[in-house]
Amino acid sequence: MNNFEPVIGLEVHIQLNTETKIFCSCPNSFGDEPNTNICPVCVGLPGVLPVFNQRVLDLGIAVSLGLNCRIAKEFIFERKNYFYPDLPKDYQISQYMVPLGSDGFIEINSRKIKIKRVHMEEDAGKLIHTQNGSLVDFNRAGVPLLEIVSEPDIFSAQEAYQYLNELKLTIQYIGASSCDMEKGFLRCDANVSLRRQGDKELGVKVEVKNMNSFKAVRDALSYEIKRQANVLSKGGRIYQETRLWEENKQKTIVMRSKEEAHDYRYFPEPDLVRFFVSDSQIENAEQSLPELPPAKRKKFREFYKLREKDSEVLISNPKAAAFFEQACRNRDDFQNIANWVIGPLQEALNTSSIGFEEAKIKPADLLKIIDMVADGGLNNIAAKNVLAEVVNTGGDISEIVEKKNLRQVSDESSLEEFARQAIEESPKAVKDFYSGKENAIMFLVGVVMRKSKGRANPKIVKGVIERRLKNAQS
Amino acid sequence: MDLHKLSGWEIAGKIKAKKLSFEEVFDYFHNRIIKFNPQLNAVVRWFDKPLEFNRNSDSPLAGVPIVIKDNICLKGKETTCASRILKGFVSPYDSTVVQKLKNAGLQILGAANMDEFAFGSSCETSCYGPVKNPWDKTRVPGGSSGGSAAVVSAGLSPVSLGSDTGGSIRQPASFCGVCGLKPTYGKVSRYGLIAFGSSFDQIGPFSRDIQDCLYLLNIISGKDPKDSTSVQAEPLKNLSVQDISGLCIGVPKEYFIEGLSEDVDKTIRQALSFFKNNGAVIKEISLPSTEYSVAVYYILASSEASSNLSRFDGIKYGHREKAESLSEVYFKTRAKGFGREAKRRIMLGTFSLSSGYYEAYYLKALKARQLIKEDFKAAFKKCDLMITPTSPTAAFKIGEKLDNPLSMYLSDIFTISASLAGLPALSVPCGFTSQGLPVGMQIIGNYFQEEMLFNLAGFYQKNTDWHKKIPQEYE
Repeated sequence: MNNFEPVIGLEVHIQLNTETKIFCSCPNSFGDEPNTNICPVCVGLPGVLPVFNQRVLDLGIAVSLGLNCRIAKEFIFERKNYFYPDLPKDYQISQYMVPLGSDGFIEINSRKIKIKRVHMEEDAGKLIHTQNGSLVDFNRAGVPLLEIVSEPDIFSAQEAYQYLNELKLTIQYIGASSCDMEKGFLRCDANVSLRRQGDKELGVKVEVKNMNSFKAVRDALSYEIKRQANVLSKGGRIYQETRLWEENKQKTIVMRSKEEAHDYRYFPEPDLVRFFVSDSQIENAEQSLPELPPAKRKKFREFYKLREKDSEVLISNPKAAAFFEQACRNRDDFQNIANWVIGPLQEALNTSSIGFEEAKIKPADLLKIIDMVADGGLNNIAAKNVLAEVVNTGGDISEIVEKKNLRQVSDESSLEEFARQAIEESPKAVKDFYSGKENAIMFLVGVVMRKSKGRANPKIVKGVIERRLKNAQS
Repeated sequence: MDLHKLSGWEIAGKIKAKKLSFEEVFDYFHNRIIKFNPQLNAVVRWFDKPLEFNRNSDSPLAGVPIVIKDNICLKGKETTCASRILKGFVSPYDSTVVQKLKNAGLQILGAANMDEFAFGSSCETSCYGPVKNPWDKTRVPGGSSGGSAAVVSAGLSPVSLGSDTGGSIRQPASFCGVCGLKPTYGKVSRYGLIAFGSSFDQIGPFSRDIQDCLYLLNIISGKDPKDSTSVQAEPLKNLSVQDISGLCIGVPKEYFIEGLSEDVDKTIRQALSFFKNNGAVIKEISLPSTEYSVAVYYILASSEASSNLSRFDGIKYGHREKAESLSEVYFKTRAKGFGREAKRRIMLGTFSLSSGYYEAYYLKALKARQLIKEDFKAAFKKCDLMITPTSPTAAFKIGEKLDNPLSMYLSDIFTISASLAGLPALSVPCGFTSQGLPVGMQIIGNYFQEEMLFNLAGFYQKNTDWHKKIPQEYE
């Protein structure tokens, strides 16, 4: 096994989140009733013609630039011919000879993994198999896709996993796609071959399909690498074929051999004209690119000086990172803010099962909570209580604190009565305290916290109880 | 009143002057279809009343009846390309040209017969059976727009629309003795035209009177947001037919070759003499790449066709054969649904695009197409227009070439070059053979120079009456 080096190339499709489809004006929308977002063009009726949605080009250029690609100054579309019921015209309009973007890279572990090409194409529909036969839903037909193909420049399953995460993150920062794999917004096929350590030439490659998560890609590749190593070390040979990942069985099975591979008969799409990309178009796109993960990491490390781990947690969620950065304007307690975003705020979101994008809370709201806690107006429990509400409803923090009656009570005189009751009701704790177990006092503090419905300032409470117990002793 | 002897614009004038009603005009031609179509088989579908049209249009052809080739989609009507595989397909949308016709107030009478998917030069490959030439019913009307040419020739409709990929308007126009124009590629929207060779296809008008052709072109042309290959161009001005002196007419020597019938040769030379006598300069020119045209065309157009026809797979619309598996649905449906010539072109195109053959065939043909374009570019520096025979012969006998595809393909030898170059070309009747069959001359112009073609044809028609001849039976 150790004698072999795996070589992996990944082919990723992402659905672009444009308003409309790539060659007609039907809505690009997920999860609607079958065959409601269709028109003569996207179902390929006789006589129809495609008209290119320029927004797809804008996003295609942005993603290509984000992946450090060279942009083609002129390009055409080509037809990829094959028969399948979900493909309305029985050809797919794609790009073949000259992709929109080429020769890019993604940096992982300080190594640049080469990207061969980024090209635009249309998605197919979806087959729905029922007991009464198979049906076709064309809602997805004509949804714009970018195909992003890496060079065979990935050398482990783990590296493939990291490449995919970084790719997804880059596209999310650009805002071209949510890359939600469950919804099919991101799909990944892998090519993997083995060669003897030190060999220059690539071995026979196997294509692996049907992986539904990044983890599945990693698992499938690990499996396939082991399988191939096993075959080769026994003197067997690997056949060029396409294999399917079976998630349940955690193994790959043969789908089709090389002999069954399609001849797609690509040729220039005569229904579309040649497109030109100007220098100024590329410059504009470059200038309007958002800050991407590598730059963000540098900034979080050098400017915000966050702990590496915290920085990665924030950056891995573009919305969280944006929230954090907005909160950091005019502040300098960056790590503290990061702690709150990653900790209590994230917890509150998790409890309500919402993401940053749906949350009603604004960065200023969080800062107000942070400051109230710092100056004793709010304790941590109450702060969580406020967060739980404000992520769902938004609104004025002071009002919520008042309305819920959460303002921290730090005034000793208001706490005396609670302390007296706590001591009276907890003879065992009192006894423990007197017998030298100083920690027993925390039990009594807890009783007061409960009685005050969490509003009491625990530090002050502790002082009051201590004084009362000591006074009683003397 | 013999409405079928009038031009379209004359009929429109009478309607405007309230001498005729829309209904009278529609019924007149509707009845002629019912009376004459059984012997001609030129119309495959006709309507009891006109499809909804704009009754308030002030276009010069408002109220004029028209027949549409059966590959141009009509909303709510069957559109089949004369193929079994599309039987039962009812288009849910109107093609752009049909929308424009309706807006301009034309009354659509029905759909014209054609070669299946426009593959052919004789209208014999139609699933509805062959169309007969009104001048001699034992002969073909030409193709693929033979139905559209025959209806105008026999006076079943004053004007019609056809489509031209390699000569499919011009050759039948010449065989039937009417005018037919293939516009500059991009001049007329292809949206709703069921594609054959997408980089060649153009919809164009048929008429007897050249003025009708011009009006009809103005109605149907223009940039269409639904067709990325369409181009905006100024509408043509009215004919100016006073003077042709100084006009330089190029005559490509490669077009007067062996295989050109004597009658056709003689007729074209007479027309050229006429122009010369009226002050035009006749100049021999050369289009050296002409000999490659037919081969290049059949590779490129068939390649595109093989892909364009993929969608007829029995899954979504049209005919579907009963089958046990998916691949059987494809095999059986397409085997039954397509005729022989359609299969031949699909095979030819599929082969040319296949891995291992693409470079030798498709790509090479693409390069040769460029050479042919450059030939024309150079030639148009030496002349304003070109005149050639439209077809090497007059109409041939039904059945004569059906089993000899090569000889059938050569029938388009003079029309294909302009198609490869995307140039506008017009066929105008210019005489008859000794057997009494019409002969057409082809006038080829530079890109978007349709106006020049019409002016020359207008001048010709003003001084000759070939276009007024009607086959005796249909007088």
